[in-house]
Amino acid sequence: MVAAKWNDRWQRITASPYFVYVIVAPLALVLWGYVVQPMLATFLASVQDASGFTLKYYKGFFNLSSTQMEALLTTVGISVASVITCAIVGVSMAVLLNRFEFPGRRLLESLILVPMALPPLIGIYAFQFLYSSSGIVPRAIKLLFDLPQVPFALKGLTGVLVVHTFTMYPYFYTSAAAALAGFDPSLEEAAYNLGARRWQVWTRVLLPMLTPALVAGSLLTFMVSMASYTAPLIFGVDRIMTMQIAIARTNGDLALASAEATVLSVVSIAFLILMRWYQNRRTYRSLSKGVSVHRTEVKSPAGKILAMVASLIGTLILILPVLVLVLVSFSKDGTWTVQVLPPKYTLDNYVTLFTSSRAWRPIRNSLAMSALATVASILLGVAAAYALNRFKFKGKSLLDIAVMIPWALPGTVVAINLIAAFNQPSVFTLGKVVVGTFWILPLAYFVRFSPLVFRSTNATLAQMDPSVEEAARSLGATWWYSFRRVTFPLMFRGVLAGALMAFVQGVGEFVASVLIYTARNQPISVEINNLMYSFKFGTAAAYGVLQMLLILIAIYVSNRLEQRQNFA
Amino acid sequence: MGGLRMSDQQTSAQSVTLEHVSKSFGNGAPTVRDVNLTIQGGEFFTLLGPSGCGKTTTLRMIAGFYYPTTGRILFGDRDVTYMPPNDRNIGMVFQNYALFPHMTVFENVAFGLRVRKVPRDEMKRRVSEALKLVRLEGMEHRRIDQLSGGQQQRVALARALVIRPALLLLDEPLSNLDAKLRDETRTEIRRIQTESSITAVYVTHDQAEAMAISDRIAVMEGGVVHQVGTPQEIYHRPATRFVATFIGKSNLLEGKLTEVDGAAGLVELAGTGHIRVDLGRRNPQVPTAVGSRVVLTVRPEGIQVLAQPDGPNVLTGRVVAAEFTGAYTEYLVQAGETTFVASSADRYGEVRRPGDPIHLHIPPERVYLVE
Repeated sequence: MVAAKWNDRWQRITASPYFVYVIVAPLALVLWGYVVQPMLATFLASVQDASGFTLKYYKGFFNLSSTQMEALLTTVGISVASVITCAIVGVSMAVLLNRFEFPGRRLLESLILVPMALPPLIGIYAFQFLYSSSGIVPRAIKLLFDLPQVPFALKGLTGVLVVHTFTMYPYFYTSAAAALAGFDPSLEEAAYNLGARRWQVWTRVLLPMLTPALVAGSLLTFMVSMASYTAPLIFGVDRIMTMQIAIARTNGDLALASAEATVLSVVSIAFLILMRWYQNRRTYRSLSKGVSVHRTEVKSPAGKILAMVASLIGTLILILPVLVLVLVSFSKDGTWTVQVLPPKYTLDNYVTLFTSSRAWRPIRNSLAMSALATVASILLGVAAAYALNRFKFKGKSLLDIAVMIPWALPGTVVAINLIAAFNQPSVFTLGKVVVGTFWILPLAYFVRFSPLVFRSTNATLAQMDPSVEEAARSLGATWWYSFRRVTFPLMFRGVLAGALMAFVQGVGEFVASVLIYTARNQPISVEINNLMYSFKFGTAAAYGVLQMLLILIAIYVSNRLEQRQNFA
Repeated sequence: MGGLRMSDQQTSAQSVTLEHVSKSFGNGAPTVRDVNLTIQGGEFFTLLGPSGCGKTTTLRMIAGFYYPTTGRILFGDRDVTYMPPNDRNIGMVFQNYALFPHMTVFENVAFGLRVRKVPRDEMKRRVSEALKLVRLEGMEHRRIDQLSGGQQQRVALARALVIRPALLLLDEPLSNLDAKLRDETRTEIRRIQTESSITAVYVTHDQAEAMAISDRIAVMEGGVVHQVGTPQEIYHRPATRFVATFIGKSNLLEGKLTEVDGAAGLVELAGTGHIRVDLGRRNPQVPTAVGSRVVLTVRPEGIQVLAQPDGPNVLTGRVVAAEFTGAYTEYLVQAGETTFVASSADRYGEVRRPGDPIHLHIPPERVYLVE
């Protein structure tokens, strides 16, 4: 009786034109509480000192010789350089692998996205193991050719740039490869038919059509470079915005850290808006189907050998960081000093991980905190994606931007925002101070990675035909019934793929964690960093291999989900 | 034939009334303006018009997916203007079918019954009856992506009918089918509608389809209903220039009424000549005062091609182009300052070539004065 009455009332609520606000209001509240208001708190902290309002923390940005200005310029410079190197590597790989046939192509193609499987922190340490002045490759060359000193060593800004190129070229590769694969071959044939030469076809037809992919890749790479913290940390480059923020925070100067964070936020959000604007413009899509893209075959014997050698080198470069991590994970802690390769091997590193409760604790922490954050991300991401796809309401574009802001914000900035907002009691933390407690990290992971769930759910929903839901409604289903039985099952794959990514990223998170972790919630990546500082390379690498396995499982599962996506 | 007979119906065929219905989105111009329609129970009623004319918006208001900005919608005498779609007991067939891709054929058809908590046995019986009605027996356990377009279409129809709706709505259901299948399915839809004696509202932009399938048609353009009538009325007595040109081919002749004698009138086509008309054959809105500007319509097949210029209402011109189609020859004729299209039944190879003189007889009983 009561249930029936409630049912009836719920039905009337869902039928009301104001029902959208029943969904949108909590969303707006959550985004305000954990995204927007912390940003404002950071801004407020940056314009206040003991005596009240001040702009002194921003003064440094207007002085060309100041540390802040230098850091800002270096950050922008390294980001521009990263865009250029990533574009060159990513696009040439996309063209080579999609338009040419040569020996070794399949091998190279199967490994081309390996950088995405590299865990964020330990993956960069792998570069140190390989290419730093004490790394395997320079030492091996020195030994081989009996040189007086190592021939090269990866360090400083060059090191950052190389790591950025390695980890970020996939942004260009994936978008360019997708664009190349989507080309209508008849456009090219038409150009040849009209008398164009090969280079004219490339410069007049193919490259202009690649422009959207290139712009999207550039914006993304620029944004991720601006946010990069781990690479500068490991290669010891201080004069970078994220590093300056972390240093100011470590020195206890929250106001300065806030000012720097605010400047970085403004740049990141500007890029986010630029990206959204650009994505809404027309992209080039092929219209006709049938003929598949033609690959040019490399035929000359010299070309074949050259291609084979080049693919072999490429394959090596791609696979070495993974191999070296696996190798080091079996090395005995503290034994690898001046040798080319670690001298002593053991299984102890793995045994300890699973038997010592002290060694297992960071893993447990990371899994638990990431799981909590993922659950919350699913709730937010699904509700936001649904509301933005299906309803019209006031403030829709604001909500759209607010959901994606955390994705654009550097992890360092997210950490500063949370400190600024929640180092005092707040209604959004049930009146408690969460900075310095277990809950600060799940909260940070939730803020950072909920956009992943949102994006992937949004993509499935956007493909889904809204009339399917209308069909359910006209057949007599209530809003809630059709959401449960029709809409949710159809978007489930998207939700799951996004949730997996969010979970994996949470388990690997370092950038925000390192600024706000406590002894009680220390995550894997912070533990890895501490181990590296105490030269326990073996144990650190073992943790890294574990992270890598988790990432591979997640990638495998989401690829399977995508392949089976024959509906929706 | 099993399926949904009258005796099986929970509700007898439903009539639908739209009173002064308008709909605007945002602050823009109204998509639908002051539509008044009465659809009889058991009738096959079509909303016909070019894209953007407001026909789909009107249908979606009947379905409850949009609520009118002003006006009322009645089912019988029940006001349903703001009733949520799931309470309306309507079967709807969507343009792209909107089948649930994660369910089998059976599950799709059973969906509406499951929502209504119909007992398991009855559900099975009714689903198989519905599938039999659309000739899809034995396909229960197919996945949706294993069906052809025509089969998907019929699943959508079965899903809409199995709930014994008071009203069946069809939103361009044939537009995704190829030409041959379209004709077959059209006949099939009409058969099923007649057999289950259900009221159907059908939306299409294809005038031939509308003429073939409908009891009555409402022709819409720019959010306004131009004319409601049987296919014959709409074809032979089009109310407006739009209706005359949208439904089939039509000659539109602008002229001035120079003489009026009871029901007989004389219209001067400037630079071409005079035509006698029957003022009884006009849209009542057209003025009949001497000197009024009027527009005449006459179908190409209404114009007779004569060998000799004898009798009244004969105009002489020259053939501009001739197209032989088999059953008839269609002539483009320049007579004075007017261009006519006239089609003449083929008489054993009698052909006029471009440049030849031609005499056109325009019988008053084939002329209609439009607004």
